[in-house]
Amino acid sequence: MTLPPFERFYEQYREEIFGFLMRRLGSERAEDAFQETFLRALRAYPKLQHGEHLRAWAYTIASRIAIDEHRRPRADADLPELAALDGRPAFAQLEHLADQLPPTERAAVVLRYGYDLDYAEIGAALGSNATAARQAASAGIRRLRQKELS
Amino acid sequence: MNAVSPELDRRFRDAAAAEGLLDAAFDFVDSPVGPLLVATSARGLCRISYDADPERELEQLARDFGVRVLRSAKPIDPARRELDEYFEGKRHTFDLPIDVARLADFNRRVLRELARVPYGEVVTYGELAARSARPRAARAVGTVMNRNPLPIVLPCHRVVGANGKLVGYAGGLDRKEKLLRLEGAIL
Repeated sequence: MTLPPFERFYEQYREEIFGFLMRRLGSERAEDAFQETFLRALRAYPKLQHGEHLRAWAYTIASRIAIDEHRRPRADADLPELAALDGRPAFAQLEHLADQLPPTERAAVVLRYGYDLDYAEIGAALGSNATAARQAASAGIRRLRQKELS
Repeated sequence: MNAVSPELDRRFRDAAAAEGLLDAAFDFVDSPVGPLLVATSARGLCRISYDADPERELEQLARDFGVRVLRSAKPIDPARRELDEYFEGKRHTFDLPIDVARLADFNRRVLRELARVPYGEVVTYGELAARSARPRAARAVGTVMNRNPLPIVLPCHRVVGANGKLVGYAGGLDRKEKLLRLEGAIL
């Protein structure tokens, strides 16, 4: 599948990505994160090799930005509790490990364990559903484990 | 409401253009000859289309200039202004930078000669061929006119048949007649 013009990509995913950012960050921060998500996507877009998995790719960028936003100190905010927010983020390593997986499993593993999305969100990102996302993630983990042990 | 507001949408489209991230920006411009799809690359105006099928146009822009094609009003504003002035009869020449770099040498040479045909005047295909140093290439000149990426701004409507008849126009003869009437070239 060839890469569509960016306008098509943006039109297709802007609403659901915005909805996702609203749920993660609330309305106040979602707007800035939305703009940053699509600017980042635009910068990287010409480097994509094909038009597959664009939805998962969009969610990956949005998730990363949501994490950055969470990390940004706010006057009224408590310190973040997640261990992953200290130092090197968990997903960086995970993305590298998951490189060997088939694309759907890879996306499911990275979004679940790297970005802590729930299965319904991952299902939406992959164009399937929560059940399929759960299966893809566990198949991916099984495969990684086999590789690790072999 | 969880929807992207028009303000947020515009803010993103403006920022994308302002940061120089687009291979081609496009927008629609209203005109007396119908809505025009107008596009600009980083180098200049690169497309004006009548009756545009956006799906096909965007694919073509992506092929010609790169995949970062986005609708964005601001980069098109200078062209919008000059086109408005032209249709109001206040502007006789366009001052916009244009991008025809990807066209073949012959096409560029013919379009360069075409750009010199003054407002309100007409020239025949044969005459334009002669001015482009290819006097027998009237038919090839016709093809260049037919594929002109920037009608109106590069005035292919000012090119007529040997007998003075309007003959072909990629945008339809009605539009050719309307443009020539606006310029006072026909009554």
